[in-house]
Amino acid sequence: MSDRIFGVFGIILAAGYVIAALAIEESFLSDAVGPKAFPLIIAAILALSGAVIALRPDPEPHWPALARLAEVAAAVVVLILYAEMLPVAGFVIATAFAAAYLAWRLGSGPLETVAVGAGTSIGIYVTFHLILGLSLAKGPLGF
Amino acid sequence: MELLANLGDGFAIALSWQNIGLALLGCFLGTIMGALPGLGPSNGVAILIPLAFTLGLGATPSLILLTSVYYGAMYGGRISSILLNIPGDEPAMMTCLDGHPMAKKGLAGEALSLSGIASFVGAFLATWGLILLAPQLVKIALLFGPAEYFALFALAFMTLGGVSSTNQAKSAFAAALGLGLATIGVDTQTGVPRFTFGEVHLYDGLDFLVAIVGLFALSEVFIFLETRHGGSDAAGRKLTIGKLYPPVSMIRQTTPTMLRTSFLGFIAGVLPGAGASLGSFISYSMEKKLVDKEGTFGTGDPRGVAAPEAGNNAAAGGALVPMLALGVPGSGTTAVLLAVLLALNITPGPLLFSQNPDVVWGLIAALFIANFMLLAMNIPMVGLFTRVLMIPSRILMPIVAMVSFVGIYGISGSTFDLLVMIGFGVMGWVLRKLDVPLVPIILGTLLGNAMENNLRRAVTIDNGNWWTLIDSPLAIALWAIAIIGFVLPLIVGARVKAKMHQRRDEEGAISD
Repeated sequence: MSDRIFGVFGIILAAGYVIAALAIEESFLSDAVGPKAFPLIIAAILALSGAVIALRPDPEPHWPALARLAEVAAAVVVLILYAEMLPVAGFVIATAFAAAYLAWRLGSGPLETVAVGAGTSIGIYVTFHLILGLSLAKGPLGF
Repeated sequence: MELLANLGDGFAIALSWQNIGLALLGCFLGTIMGALPGLGPSNGVAILIPLAFTLGLGATPSLILLTSVYYGAMYGGRISSILLNIPGDEPAMMTCLDGHPMAKKGLAGEALSLSGIASFVGAFLATWGLILLAPQLVKIALLFGPAEYFALFALAFMTLGGVSSTNQAKSAFAAALGLGLATIGVDTQTGVPRFTFGEVHLYDGLDFLVAIVGLFALSEVFIFLETRHGGSDAAGRKLTIGKLYPPVSMIRQTTPTMLRTSFLGFIAGVLPGAGASLGSFISYSMEKKLVDKEGTFGTGDPRGVAAPEAGNNAAAGGALVPMLALGVPGSGTTAVLLAVLLALNITPGPLLFSQNPDVVWGLIAALFIANFMLLAMNIPMVGLFTRVLMIPSRILMPIVAMVSFVGIYGISGSTFDLLVMIGFGVMGWVLRKLDVPLVPIILGTLLGNAMENNLRRAVTIDNGNWWTLIDSPLAIALWAIAIIGFVLPLIVGARVKAKMHQRRDEEGAISD
């Protein structure tokens, strides 16, 4: 079933891609092929392979239970928050929280969680910023 | 002897303190990444590329660092295969078959050192193969026009699916997806924006480094979160190594095996679409057919340890040949290495050898040096790396995730790129669940623009005549190989692939 949905999704994706490709405004100084041809070829392959996947599906993959799915979704939210907060809170603080969250969700105890968060954040800051001179996001506190 | 003169120049470049240090660092990190299940050569290299890039390393030093990681990972993969019966990365899968039984018999130290020697022999011979074969391939590539290049790219995509996936439709889908992603941004020929939906960030196109790190590294973190695999595979097991040096008789017994499988592995590596995994697989299978008269393979036969290790390391070297000489990588990790070259604005292919000989020969010399370093690290110091296996992934994975973010943020300093990377991470996770190979996607985003430009150049030169694509014997030959490469696995490949991907889990999607 997953593969059938995936295949249909591929066909829809290809259709959307074709519509977007046809909407490309051509420049008056175009070459013989133009900017649309190659995307259209790709869309054809995409649709064709999508159809094959939908018609001849593989055995069902092992999907996680809802709780585990929520776990991944929560991690995605945390990482998005991390990306957004990075320029606001500064590298060290944001990274400490994000790393600690991941460690906690992977099963670390409270002490280890704090240690991984602080250790990762400070370790990266020292190695990459202080030693190697990479510029990292600066927060209000300057780090 | 032009070749030796070139090699001499290469050593002059590679033997600077910085380059030796980078090779050492790369070998060390690579062995660790190879040894740890969950981190393989392709995601290991993927995480380090943006860092090498943002740290402002030049082309030669970056390549030295990253190919050392690549070679190192090929060495390191065997450690957990032998000690834990869990392959550290995909190419090391065949090493489990005889390596772990040897360890059970109390011969772990012998198995580790023997496989270290086999790795060295394979990689050493393959580096010579690279020196001898790449310049010949360059001579052929100089005959290529745009139509031939277009056919060559098509060949790369069509054969890549042959072994990297169990389902050809899915690898075709992945390739089309990657090529489609590459078309996002301003069209290089006419200057019109395509698929940008008015988003200014997309005018430059998607940064392929962002895609690579998201697909390879971040999706791995999600896999671990999903399975809540937070412990270490080595937890609760005693990792005894014992005697570290194999008896001379064992080395003598396995020498012919090593030499044969090095050759075979190298060929497998050079062929498009094959990689180190296939190299170790066919090496093991052939040796089993050839020398296993008493049926000892699978029960801890030293030859069964030497064969896949020599094979996969030789294939790793062989896979560099098409990447450097043609600009078309044949395996997952070399696709990622191609990203390094492209990120540094160096076009691999025949011109690389004439315009940047310092890069090519410096790299080759560094490979020789790295090989000796790896031999030293992997035999006397192997105990150090077995301790790495004890690190639980609940500590390792947050570090992997955060280093990925640092690398990508370092390139552009924009939150937008980080969000795109998370998007690719989620996409990678879903696609791995569905057993869609990720390597064609990467290859598509890397080669998409070059492929389209060659197509348009070829057709434009011939005044809009599309038949020009199959107008020369060379182009026809390339198309024929491409079609055979795509169709053949449909007929005979199913059996081989089923065997190779017995562990039909998410790892299969990033096979090398």
